[in-house]
Amino acid sequence: MAALGLSAGERRRPWILLSPTLVTLGLLMVAPTIIMFMYSFYTDLGGGRDRPDFNPTNWVEFFTDPYYWKGIWQTAWVAGLTTVICAVMGYPAGYLIAMTRFRHKWLLLVLLIVPFWISFIIRTLSWIHILGDQGAINAVLRWLGLIGEPLPMLYNWGSVIMGMIHFLLPYMILNVYVSLEGIDRNLLSAARTLGCTASQAFREVTLPLSLPGLGAGSLLCFVLAAGAYVTPLILGGPRNFLFGNLVYDAVMGELDWPMGATLSIVLLLLLGAIAVVYSRYMGLSRIYKGLSR
Amino acid sequence: MSEAILPGAGTRPFGSRWGLHALSEGLWGWRVVRAMSVLVYVFMFAPIIVTMVLSFNASQFGGFPMTGFSFRWFGVLMQNDTVLRAFRVSLIIGSATALICTVLGILAAMALVRYDFHGKEWVNALLICPVLIPETVLAVGLLLFLHWLQQPRTLLLMLMGHVMMSLPYVVLVVQARLIGIKRVYEEAALSLGANRLQTFREITLPLLMPAVLAGFLLAFTISFDNVTATLFWRPPGVETLPTQIYSMLHTSISPEINALGTLMVLITVGLPLVGGGLARLLARGQR
Repeated sequence: MAALGLSAGERRRPWILLSPTLVTLGLLMVAPTIIMFMYSFYTDLGGGRDRPDFNPTNWVEFFTDPYYWKGIWQTAWVAGLTTVICAVMGYPAGYLIAMTRFRHKWLLLVLLIVPFWISFIIRTLSWIHILGDQGAINAVLRWLGLIGEPLPMLYNWGSVIMGMIHFLLPYMILNVYVSLEGIDRNLLSAARTLGCTASQAFREVTLPLSLPGLGAGSLLCFVLAAGAYVTPLILGGPRNFLFGNLVYDAVMGELDWPMGATLSIVLLLLLGAIAVVYSRYMGLSRIYKGLSR
Repeated sequence: MSEAILPGAGTRPFGSRWGLHALSEGLWGWRVVRAMSVLVYVFMFAPIIVTMVLSFNASQFGGFPMTGFSFRWFGVLMQNDTVLRAFRVSLIIGSATALICTVLGILAAMALVRYDFHGKEWVNALLICPVLIPETVLAVGLLLFLHWLQQPRTLLLMLMGHVMMSLPYVVLVVQARLIGIKRVYEEAALSLGANRLQTFREITLPLLMPAVLAGFLLAFTISFDNVTATLFWRPPGVETLPTQIYSMLHTSISPEINALGTLMVLITVGLPLVGGGLARLLARGQR
């Protein structure tokens, strides 16, 4: 359409088309974020009431209370560990889907997408049936007569991380798959003809070229894991909380809106910083690619 | 060196159906990759299958052992008014979200694909934000905004929130398809005297239909599934299906939850599969 000189109406048209979307995001995402920042300086009066103010108490409390620091520390290592395990488990699967000559490759891809359609809460609670006292593992072990008492495997960090891997793994595999699929196969033939062994060709050609996908997958996994709070609520015990749980408790439990706002801003800034550092080196276009699958 | 020149030849015998990619890896490496991938797929599906199997357990407890096969808990579920109400809420919010997102998404994608304008990168960056910002933060932000405006928590808040979270995905899906539709068709219609609206209705929209359908279903499933943000947004006394399941989990894991889980899996997996089939039929009809 309209490659010939742009009239004023023509120039306005894309903005007219975009306006409903921009208004939606502006009103529901941008404005709330600004208000949230403002709110972190309000004074909490208790019982869900607060007063407009310019009061740094919340920030002081955040920086001085070791409880919040413990929250950040726990979140960082749990999200980090989850990401590493996802990478280790997801890379071979992504590699297989990209490289296989299996005739029904589409089936492997569909099976990879299916978990995205299955309710998150069902996928999470299904781990209770695997790890719980009446779960599959304990049932099998008891049936084999190996144990008398059920092994406690649920409501600890192990089960929380298991649930998060289960939810994040498809993101990782998809990103790895997309980047491996984009590699020119001639490069591999060239490496092999020039005398590389299979593993050398993998190390020197395939792996480096797939790093952007691995990076994008890791970023997504880390950000999504670090923002989670429902998984620890379902699969964790009282000590297994992430930073998101602190936010949830402040807002929904104590009705301390200003503190909830402060903690949300902290979470946003920390994860935003990671995303910004990442995009400086890798660019965000990779993420789009993985998402539009 | 000789085997390096003809790398494919040595690998044929092992190829079978799970063919080894001749040029990429040695046999042992490939075997390890294959074994790990099988484990990964088992890991992803085993818990869900176990839950679905347990939903047919006759026992009054949610876990093992299986005491018999029965549809009993599906029957009990159908009598549960709270669950049915939650299902209705989820259905209404999901459909409304999908409808709004599809309309907004088509408009936005048209602007982003068919026009060049200043500030496009900014719009793209803004659109990816709801995906990258943790849901918890989005949820607190919107809730706080309403609190600041001194508005009560209503279903409208939940709807607006779901629209915000689903919209970027719909735009991405529609955009991807729109890029593949050649402008020539639209230009032909325009030069034959159709106006823009007619051109869109008669040419672009039919070609875009598979993506529209996919976007609609995607928005629906995102809304239908959401629990993280919805736990913040739900009005007092109102539950969606996922938050209802969450509340039911507080007591213990009952066989009813398993039955509900099985039904939800059948709905959310069945719907896109049917939708995908329809989209394929539509695409074939156009050729």
